[in-house]
Amino acid sequence: MLRAEQLAVQRGACRVLEGIDLELRPGELLGVLGPNGAGKSSLLGALCGELSPAAGQVLLDGRSLAAWPGRERARRLAVLPQSSTLSFPFAVEEVVAMGRLPHATGLRHDTEVVAAALAAADVAHLAGRNYLALSGGERQRVQLARVLAQLWPGAAGQVLLLDEPTAMLDPSHQHAILQAVCQLTAHGVAVLAVLHDLNLAARYCDRLLLLGAARAAALGTPEAVLRAAPLKAVFGLEVLVQRHPERGHPLIIVR
Amino acid sequence: MNPPIRGSLLLPLLGLALALAFCLALALGPVSLSLADSLRALLRLAGLPLAGEGLEQAELIVGQLRLPRALLGLAVGAVLGLAGVAMQGLFRNPLADPGLIGVSSGAALGAALAIVGASQLGGLPGWLAPWLLSVCAFAGGLAVTALVYRLGRREGQTRVATMLLAGIALSALAGAAIGLFSYLADDATLRSLTFWNLGSLNGASYARLWPLLPVCLGVALWLPRRATALNALLLGESEARHLGFEVERLKRELVLCVALGVGAAVAAAGMIGFVGLVVPHLVRLLTGPDHRRLLPAAALAGATLLLLADLAARLLLAPAELPIGTLTALLGAPFFLYLLRRERL
Repeated sequence: MLRAEQLAVQRGACRVLEGIDLELRPGELLGVLGPNGAGKSSLLGALCGELSPAAGQVLLDGRSLAAWPGRERARRLAVLPQSSTLSFPFAVEEVVAMGRLPHATGLRHDTEVVAAALAAADVAHLAGRNYLALSGGERQRVQLARVLAQLWPGAAGQVLLLDEPTAMLDPSHQHAILQAVCQLTAHGVAVLAVLHDLNLAARYCDRLLLLGAARAAALGTPEAVLRAAPLKAVFGLEVLVQRHPERGHPLIIVR
Repeated sequence: MNPPIRGSLLLPLLGLALALAFCLALALGPVSLSLADSLRALLRLAGLPLAGEGLEQAELIVGQLRLPRALLGLAVGAVLGLAGVAMQGLFRNPLADPGLIGVSSGAALGAALAIVGASQLGGLPGWLAPWLLSVCAFAGGLAVTALVYRLGRREGQTRVATMLLAGIALSALAGAAIGLFSYLADDATLRSLTFWNLGSLNGASYARLWPLLPVCLGVALWLPRRATALNALLLGESEARHLGFEVERLKRELVLCVALGVGAAVAAAGMIGFVGLVVPHLVRLLTGPDHRRLLPAAALAGATLLLLADLAARLLLAPAELPIGTLTALLGAPFFLYLLRRERL
C-alpha cells in the first residue's frame, strides 16, 4: 500500500506541504479537500513520485517509490492528471489501450479490458471517434478510462490517484465517474481523489483528508471531518451540516 | 478515427512505391535506360553473369552514377522522415522539425567553417575537401545539439520547452556566424557555400554513402523499438512515466538518434528542408498517429519522396540540375500551408 511518512514538499522557497502522515487502505476511496493553494496537487505529485519530497518519504509496499522499476510500479500505481495535453488524433480506444502498455497480457485480454474500461467511464459510445474532436469533459472521461484500464479489474495492493477527476464534468457524470471508481475499490484498489465538491466527497468517500495551509487540518470519516468548525477554519465558509434525508451522510449547506 | 488505409496494406504499398521510385532513379537521366535494362545492370553489379547489348554501358552508368545517388537519396530521405517523427514525438507537437534542436544549423556552421577555412588556407587537395566538409558538418551538428541538450537540462530533467528556445537561440547564433563567413568569403567560396546550403545529391559517391549507411540503419532499427514509448510520450511526460517508461532516457535517445541521423544526412547531402516536417504529417494522415505504423511508414515515404524529388531536380531543367533543397521546399511549403488551413494538426 501507499504510505507517506512526515512528508514535506518544497516549491522554490515555499514549503507547500508539511508533516503529512497518510496511509491508504485497500478498497477505500480517500478524498482530499482544501482551498486553492492548500497543497492538494503537491500532495498528489509527491505521492506519485513527480515531486521529490523535501523531507519524509513515500513508500509503496514498504519500498521507496524511486526504487521501483517503472513497469512494475505502473502495474500497481496509476495516476490521472488534472488535464491532459494530447494533441495528436488518436482514436478513443487507442488512448485507453495505452493504459495496457505496462502489461504483457496479450491483445485479446487487453481488448476486453479496454472495452470494460470504456463502459465503466461511460465512453463506450465514443469508441472509434478522434480524441481531438471530443469536448473537455469527454476527454477527461476517456483519460479516466485509460487509468481504469491500467489497473483493471483491480486488486488489493493497487493504488489509483486522481487529480480533480470531476472538474470538467456535468453533475450526472460526476456521479458516474465516482461510481466507476467504486468498481475498482470493490476489488481492493485504494483510491485517492482530489475533490472540490464537499457533498460529492461526503457521498462517495470512505475517508477525507482536509488540507489547510500546507498541513493536514483533519483526517477521518466524512462525519468527523465535515463539521462546521473545521470547514470554517479551512475554507472560511459558514456552513450548516445536516444529514442526507435518504442516505444519512453529511450534507453541507453554505449559509 | 480509423486510418483510411489499413496498416497491414499500407506498408507493402509504400514499399512498392519506394521500389518503383528506386528503379526510376536508376533508369532515368541524360541517358535513359529501360527499366528492364537498369534492373539487368543491377543484377550484373550483384555478380550475375548476364550479357546483352549495351549492358556494359548500362552497368557503368548505374553502378558508377545512379546507384550511389539513389542509395544516398534513399538513406537521406528515410532518416529525415524518421527524425521528423521522433522530433514531433519528443516535442509532442506536430509542427516540430528536426532543425529545432539545432542540428541543421550546427551542421551548416560546420560546413561553412570547412568551406571558408579551406579557401583561406589556399585550397585543399581535391580528395580531402569533400571529406573534411562532411566531417565538419557532422561534428557541427552534434556539437550544437549537445549544447542545446545541456542548456535544456535542469535538476536532472530535460525540459523540452527550454530546449526548444535554446535551439532557436543557438540557430540564430549559428546563422550569424555563417553570415559573417559569407561576408568574408570570396565569390567562388560564396558560391559553394550557397550550393551546399541548398542541398544536393549531386556529389553522390560510395565514399560519401558508407559513413551514412550504418548511421541510417542504426536509427531505422532503433527508433521503431521505442514506438510504444513514443505513443505514451504523446500523452505527456508524467503520463508516460506513470505508464512505466523511463522518460529521461527516452528523451536522451531521441535527441541522440535525431542528431546522429540528421547530422549524417546533412553532412552527406547538404540542407534538405521540409522532408522532416512534411513527411510525418503526410504519413500520419494515412496511418494515424500510432508510432508502430508511423515510423516504418515515414521511413519508406521519406525515401520515396526524396528519390522522386531528386528525379525532378535532375530532369526538370536537364542538362542543368536544380538543387534538391529548393525543390523540397518548393513542394513542401505550400503543402504545409494547406495542412495548416485544414486544421488537422
